[in-house]
Amino acid sequence: MELWLIPIFPFIGFLLNGIFGRRLSKPVISAIAAGSVLLSFLWVLKTLSGLGAFSGGLEEAHVEHYFTWIQSGALNIGVDFAVDRLTAVMLMVVTGVGFLIHVYAIGYMDHEGGFYRFFAYLNLFMFFMLILVLGANFLLLFVGWEGVGLCSYLLIGFYFLEKFATDAGNKAFIVNRIGDFGFSLAVFLIFTHFGSLDFGKVFSQVKDMPVETSPGWLTAVCLLLLVGATGKSAQIPLYVWLPDAMAGPTPVSALIHAATMVTAGVYMIARSSALFLHTTDSLEIVAIIGLATAFFAATIGLAQNDIKKVFAYSTVSQLGYMFLGLGTGAFSAGIWHLMTHAFFKALLFLGAGSVIHALSGEQDLRQMGGLLKKIPITAATLFCGGLAIAGVPPFSGHYSKDAILESAYIHAPWMYWVGTITAGMTAFYVFRALFLTFFGEYRGSIGKEKHDDHHHGHGHDDHGHGHSHGIHESPFIMWGPLAVLAILSVVGGFMFNIPKFLEPIFKLEEEGGIPGWVGMVPMIAGFAGIGLAYVFYVLAPSIPESLAGGFGWLYRAIYNKYFVDEFYDSTVVRPLVDGSRTLLWRTADAGLIDGTVNGIGKTARAVGGILKRTQSGFIRDYAAWVVAGSIAVILAMALWGGVTGGAR
Amino acid sequence: MNLLDAVLLLPLAGFLALLFVPKTASRMGALVISLGIFVVSLALIGNHSLSTNAPWIDYPPIRYHVSIDGLSLWLVLLTTLLTPIAVAVSWKYIDHRQKEFYAFLILLEFGLIGVFVSMDLFLFYVFWEICLVPMYFLIGIWGHDRRIYAAVKFFLYTMAGSVLMLAAIIYLYNQSGTFDYSEILSQIQTGRLALSPRTELLLFLAFFGSFAIKVPLFPLHTWLPDAHVEAPTAGSVMLASVMLKMGTYGLVRFCLPLFPNAAHRCAWWISALAITGIIYGALVAMVQPNMKKLVAYSSVSHLGFVVLGIFSFTQQGLDGAVYQMLNHGVSTGALFMLVGYLYERRHSLEISAYGGVATPAPNLATVFLITTLASIGLPTLNNFIGEFLVLQGAAYVSMTWVAFAAIGVILSACYMLWMYQRTFYGKASEGVAHHMHDLTGREWAAILPLIALMVWMGTYTQTFLPAISEQNARILENTQKLKIERVQLQTPEVARGQ
Repeated sequence: MELWLIPIFPFIGFLLNGIFGRRLSKPVISAIAAGSVLLSFLWVLKTLSGLGAFSGGLEEAHVEHYFTWIQSGALNIGVDFAVDRLTAVMLMVVTGVGFLIHVYAIGYMDHEGGFYRFFAYLNLFMFFMLILVLGANFLLLFVGWEGVGLCSYLLIGFYFLEKFATDAGNKAFIVNRIGDFGFSLAVFLIFTHFGSLDFGKVFSQVKDMPVETSPGWLTAVCLLLLVGATGKSAQIPLYVWLPDAMAGPTPVSALIHAATMVTAGVYMIARSSALFLHTTDSLEIVAIIGLATAFFAATIGLAQNDIKKVFAYSTVSQLGYMFLGLGTGAFSAGIWHLMTHAFFKALLFLGAGSVIHALSGEQDLRQMGGLLKKIPITAATLFCGGLAIAGVPPFSGHYSKDAILESAYIHAPWMYWVGTITAGMTAFYVFRALFLTFFGEYRGSIGKEKHDDHHHGHGHDDHGHGHSHGIHESPFIMWGPLAVLAILSVVGGFMFNIPKFLEPIFKLEEEGGIPGWVGMVPMIAGFAGIGLAYVFYVLAPSIPESLAGGFGWLYRAIYNKYFVDEFYDSTVVRPLVDGSRTLLWRTADAGLIDGTVNGIGKTARAVGGILKRTQSGFIRDYAAWVVAGSIAVILAMALWGGVTGGAR
Repeated sequence: MNLLDAVLLLPLAGFLALLFVPKTASRMGALVISLGIFVVSLALIGNHSLSTNAPWIDYPPIRYHVSIDGLSLWLVLLTTLLTPIAVAVSWKYIDHRQKEFYAFLILLEFGLIGVFVSMDLFLFYVFWEICLVPMYFLIGIWGHDRRIYAAVKFFLYTMAGSVLMLAAIIYLYNQSGTFDYSEILSQIQTGRLALSPRTELLLFLAFFGSFAIKVPLFPLHTWLPDAHVEAPTAGSVMLASVMLKMGTYGLVRFCLPLFPNAAHRCAWWISALAITGIIYGALVAMVQPNMKKLVAYSSVSHLGFVVLGIFSFTQQGLDGAVYQMLNHGVSTGALFMLVGYLYERRHSLEISAYGGVATPAPNLATVFLITTLASIGLPTLNNFIGEFLVLQGAAYVSMTWVAFAAIGVILSACYMLWMYQRTFYGKASEGVAHHMHDLTGREWAAILPLIALMVWMGTYTQTFLPAISEQNARILENTQKLKIERVQLQTPEVARGQ
């Protein structure tokens, strides 16, 4: 089916824009960038329908082999692509949502420098992301995995004149490297024990292993894969890079840091479900990490004032839900939430971008308000996204979140309750952001006085410099994608029943024994969150201020994200750098090792310096040495002879 | 006189010819000669089982025995590729005593090729020492301020090692009556030359010491940062890309097959040193304020992987090690070139003198970024393949080792990306904006082949790996077979890494 065409279209787009982009006009660059992703999307559709994915087919994976990548002894790794129903879902999400975001970005980036560079990176990202989901072995998955990390690094640091942006890029890359450390160790263990990295071979071997005796190394493999996933998908303890990643342009936040790349960890664990199902301990840990991340990120989201930061923490939190789904055995529910989240979170970010666009770069919620009438299309679409994430039926998030929480209830009721409380918080902080943006009075300065550039301080993505001509709705090229995503956020849940579609891969549990209220309570929590946000931020704005004052320490802890960054900095980064400088470099390397080397050199020179005196070049000196030597020899012989003679 | 002899002797002829070329034509002459040699050497790819065995000195019987196989083939090509590149990067940089400079460069090429193809231990030693001389002068004459210190340190360090090796070679000759490598090897394998475990260990250590200094293996590495910082760009390129591989090549070619028992016995502490070097080199690189020192310490880290792979005694480990030799030659050579490009513009090696270079020189920034990514082992670029194979090979022996070694992969991202950020990102200072211009045509021509190789070697390994793998399988088979026989005869120790 020529699967390779799917990633190759955006790759060609990357090459064209990357090499010739500086000489191309913006319409041409846009056409290449968005067009290549559209071609890719169409080819996905054609391939999937050809394989019968839309008509009950594709129950087995379809594999294509292209060429041998690495061959060494027993190790043989091919460039192989495979499509099964899980990949099909990912392909649709990545190319579909990816295309919409490309179109949006044409409008959003219109007045930015480095237009061609942006789209070259974005297309390269699509290429690697498609490799990631198409790869038929762990190493190819890893290629995509690292490749999307690279693009994430480049796009976070897109505004490379700003130090905070490149700092954020470095942080993302390095924190992800820590995760990849785990992933790569898992790969080595898998090859050592299975003799292959092909998904097909590894998983069929696992299925033949007895479940009762899952060996320690298999648990190690799963935990190491989980380490990789916590890096890429921003889970505790490696989530710290994602909020900073908002330094990149907003379409990047939507595409990479919400809809697609950050879900790679979820995909990878779902892909490796055969391994995880054999080691129930590690699944339990997946669930706990997911739940903890969902909860803590939601609490941080309560107190953020940057609209993108709010959505960033909500992404971390929603990814936690997906992990909770995976960990409680509801793999398909996790993937379902991955899809609906891609719709509504891309929508929320792009909508936020549209707000930022309207306000000429302003991201601070305290400088917004009352925008409902000024940018009505953006507002309407954003509220669709808000209702979806809050889990209000019939919006898409309701269905997938419900499936996860039901699975959590069966697994352990306390997980269900924590997840439900988190759902309430989610609804609260998302609607807090929306109410602060659209309701009440406008608190910003645009149109009142001359636009003040100083608002573009730390944490802002520099958007919209030099075009501050009043608050305005975004052009069609931006709100068009918003509208499509809004529709998907509404209907995506009941239209696409992912668990049923994925049944050939993930067996569905027998439903039953779940009380009816289990599905109701999270919904009620969602409504309560929205209602509370309405009371706090529309009806009585004085309440949150007095609350923040009353619980000052708690508010400060949350506002400062529990000081996790500072903690990592003082316990890991500083000691490592300072220790390397003083202990390793100055003391060990320059002092000890090189000191020894130079010391040997000096000693040799000193000894030579003494011996040098014997070589004066004067005959009489040499004659004197000969005489002295002879005397010494004779004396020695006499003495030695005397001693031995005496002994005799 | 076959193709191999031509590739070996052409640099010698070129060196002599350069002495008679007028001074103004010397750089063009060197470029033509080195490019010609490169083109001729490409023909080796098709037929890499050539050898010549002719008498050189009657007594003691020293022979001109050269041959090429999958191990030496790519190292020879790396040498012949990098010599014209080294000429190209010196085009403007070297402005005094040009003729001698280029003559030494071509002489160095001669010595390096000789090291990789010699099959006679004495001949090998001669080439080993020939390499020292031109590099000593390249650093000592055309280097920076502390060039004399660095040159002498480089020379003495290496000499200290090679004296030990010479003693071991002479001992082997006394026992076997020949300097011929394959003859000695077959004597050892058939048991006609029986070394006691103690003797074998001492001989192994003598060879190993000499090679370990050259690699350089921690803690014998301190000559390297000094040599790199003081050397001119071309010197650094040749030193990092090819000369360091003399050490790792020697380990694979001589230490493993000739002294397999000793190699196995020492593997644990050698691996420990290699891993220490990986982490130590990376940590020290992280805090370097000087670009060349940073890249030099990163070499210590990268070559730790090579040694780790060699002493895993596994097919993947050995393949990865040899592949990594080539990778390091390509990507670190490119890094030193690019640092040289920066130096030619700004006349400083301190990272703090830069910042914001990406704005005035976007192409330079892009090329530097690709090289940086290759160096930190991004998949689809060359280093990833080598690191992956080495670590997979080591994983058969010990996962704990691999876990420690893989920390080096994390750290490499730290030091390289921090350097890249401080050099290329941010707003350009006036000094940077004033001095920086983008890549010239000559600079493009010099760097593009290496960039192409990074991608090629990272995506399509079938061009290179089969020849390497085949030769390594042979080395490994010899090593293991002998090892097993000896183990059965002498000690009940369990063979490692099988």
